[in-house]
Amino acid sequence: MTQDSRHHEETFISKYVFSLDHKVIGIQYMITSLLFLLLGFSLVLLMRWQLAYPGTPIPLIGPLLPNFMAPGGVLHPVSYNTFGAMHGTIMIFLGIVPLGVGAFGNYLLPLQIGARDMAFPRMNMMSYWVYFLGGVLMLMSFVLPGGAAQSGWTSYAPLSIISPGQTVWLLAMTFLITSSLLGSINFIVTTVNLRAPGMTWFRLPIFVWAQFITALLLLFAFPVLQAGAILQLLDRIAHTSFYIPKGIIVGGKLIDAAGGGSALLWQHLFWFLAHPEVYVLLLPAMGIVAEIITNNTRKPIFGYKELVGAFASIGVLSFMVWAHHMFISGMKTSLSYLFMTTTMLISIPSILILTCYLLSLRKASIRFNVPMLFALAFLPMFGIGGLTGLPLGFTPTDIYLHDTYYVIGHFHYVVVTGTMIALMGGIYFWFPKMFGRKMNMKWGFIHFWGTIITMNGIFFPMFIQGMAGVQRRLFDPTVQAHNIVVQPTNIFMTFSAITLLLFQVPFILNFFISIFKGDKTEENLWQSTTLEWACPSPPLPHMNFAQNPTVYRGPYEYSVPGREKDYWPQGESE
Amino acid sequence: MNHSAEETVTGIPNGKLGMWVFLASEVMLFGGFISAYVVLRTGSDFFVIPAREMLGVPLATLNTFVLITSSVTMVLALDAIEKNDQKGLIRYLWISLLLGCCFLGIKSYEYPHKWHEGITLSSGLFGSFYFTLTGLHMLHVLGGLGFIGYLLRNAKLGLYTDLRHERVEYAGLYWHFVDLVWVILFPIFYLL
Repeated sequence: MTQDSRHHEETFISKYVFSLDHKVIGIQYMITSLLFLLLGFSLVLLMRWQLAYPGTPIPLIGPLLPNFMAPGGVLHPVSYNTFGAMHGTIMIFLGIVPLGVGAFGNYLLPLQIGARDMAFPRMNMMSYWVYFLGGVLMLMSFVLPGGAAQSGWTSYAPLSIISPGQTVWLLAMTFLITSSLLGSINFIVTTVNLRAPGMTWFRLPIFVWAQFITALLLLFAFPVLQAGAILQLLDRIAHTSFYIPKGIIVGGKLIDAAGGGSALLWQHLFWFLAHPEVYVLLLPAMGIVAEIITNNTRKPIFGYKELVGAFASIGVLSFMVWAHHMFISGMKTSLSYLFMTTTMLISIPSILILTCYLLSLRKASIRFNVPMLFALAFLPMFGIGGLTGLPLGFTPTDIYLHDTYYVIGHFHYVVVTGTMIALMGGIYFWFPKMFGRKMNMKWGFIHFWGTIITMNGIFFPMFIQGMAGVQRRLFDPTVQAHNIVVQPTNIFMTFSAITLLLFQVPFILNFFISIFKGDKTEENLWQSTTLEWACPSPPLPHMNFAQNPTVYRGPYEYSVPGREKDYWPQGESE
Repeated sequence: MNHSAEETVTGIPNGKLGMWVFLASEVMLFGGFISAYVVLRTGSDFFVIPAREMLGVPLATLNTFVLITSSVTMVLALDAIEKNDQKGLIRYLWISLLLGCCFLGIKSYEYPHKWHEGITLSSGLFGSFYFTLTGLHMLHVLGGLGFIGYLLRNAKLGLYTDLRHERVEYAGLYWHFVDLVWVILFPIFYLL
């Protein structure tokens, strides 16, 4: 194909809606997933009001909700369960994964390896639209008869088999699994096959490594959830009993099924996906942090090969730790020991990555711009998230902490103050590349400080509550006497959450106004070395680079002695 | 233009690598089901295995033979087009298609027979697994038949030559995988 024939006439629809261009698809993913994140966050605000002031009407929003969800403005217990399940589902499967992988991966991976597009552009477009349909179906479940799923994002059997709304959840999940399968095949083939001349494996930016390993995790983990979901669907609609034990009685009635199945089987199949899924959330964020840190310390990253090795070993080990979510499920004790050991092993590469990032900061003249603040905040926040995971990985302490707010605090520190903060940093960092305009950095500072402080205000008290014995998924915490001592923390957390929402307003306005009105930017705003900064901002539609790039050196050649400029781009021959 | 014909770093066409990666995920899908089967078969006290006479082993053996033969004819089809024998390609694709349909025909005779014996999707764990897994496999056979039908249409238009026939190879890869899945399902449901 000659290059000219790519410049065919494009209508609005083919350019912005059903586009084959990885950059447009990336932006579609970004905007859709940001909207889902906002929605998932809004759901939890309604739940948080109930936790802070049980049984009182939700101000402003409560009267607007339909009567079956919140009679008299007070959240109904079933709605609480529904919102809880949908909050988890939306945040993980419709928010953070599509943002970290779909948006950043799609946009940056081909640029950073010097490719013109993904290996299969048509499949790439399908992956977005299948994800979009899955999201719409998931949202529609709120208004369908039976309502949305209400057995938690983990959908433990046999509760998930008998509770209404789950069928639509399973169907929507099938869409999302298909979407991620299409995406991961594309990412893997693109990375293997479409690297520019000279772009050897050990000249790939850390971000590309992170995306590549994430794609492998998605590829191998999601089909197992698909298998589990098909079995659950059959249990619900075809009266099979894969997860239904013999003679189970619900509400005084014997369940009408042959029985003989195992509820634990679902947990195994689910967590076989869902533990690698944690790293699917985390690895793209770690990749983003690596890019931002090296750029703003003006130094090569500390331990490039060690980092790649750590990412790879996280990838392998993440498939061997899943049952640490199931220590108190009645699993064999000997198995618990095995999974306790593998869990401790996986903390080694995680610590190694964090250490490499910290050592990269050593003796650097750091530029404290907004993306860098987000990347720096990731380090201690992910540190808290990771270290609080250790007591959950040891069986003796897990027995005490399991199913309490401590667990919620732990994974929110990893996923929200860790991953989400890094992803926001990524948005500030690559926004000029994506839209050719800069975001307002003064509002960026306000957004950063407001976000990081209020996030800690929400999640830190969860550790205190958890150690005081407050169980997760409680509709009304005051029904248990031992929870009343820590009830004031719930009020503090709820107001932190509301403030967090308010601090997102500058971000949302800044994002959308800057797309149209922001200051124009040059090609290489941050004086960076990687290939995406060698093409115009925004990169040429369908072409990316004006000339085919050739790569001459590693990704992080900053402050090379004897050179006039303090950065040496990968694609510059001299 | 066909993207798979573009130059790649590794020299492996994108389509071929993509097919292998896809098959890897398929291994995990069937792997998930089969491990569930193993867990419940060895762990559940209520996993009743029907008598061998009820299962119709001879018919299933014939079916295994039919599917393996269709894999052989797919290889012959690829071999034919590599020698630029377009007639041979069309002939062998037709045979593969018919053998695939024959497999589905025998299965659609087997299913009512099983229902007659009282083995259904909801009768117990064995029936549940049997119909879920063989049903999923049948869907894969149907997909493969669609792929072969698409190749046949293109082959009749003369689109494949000894230099350009990647899709024949990809379809072959997929078809061998479907065959392989059956080779695993056959012993675990009929023989063990």
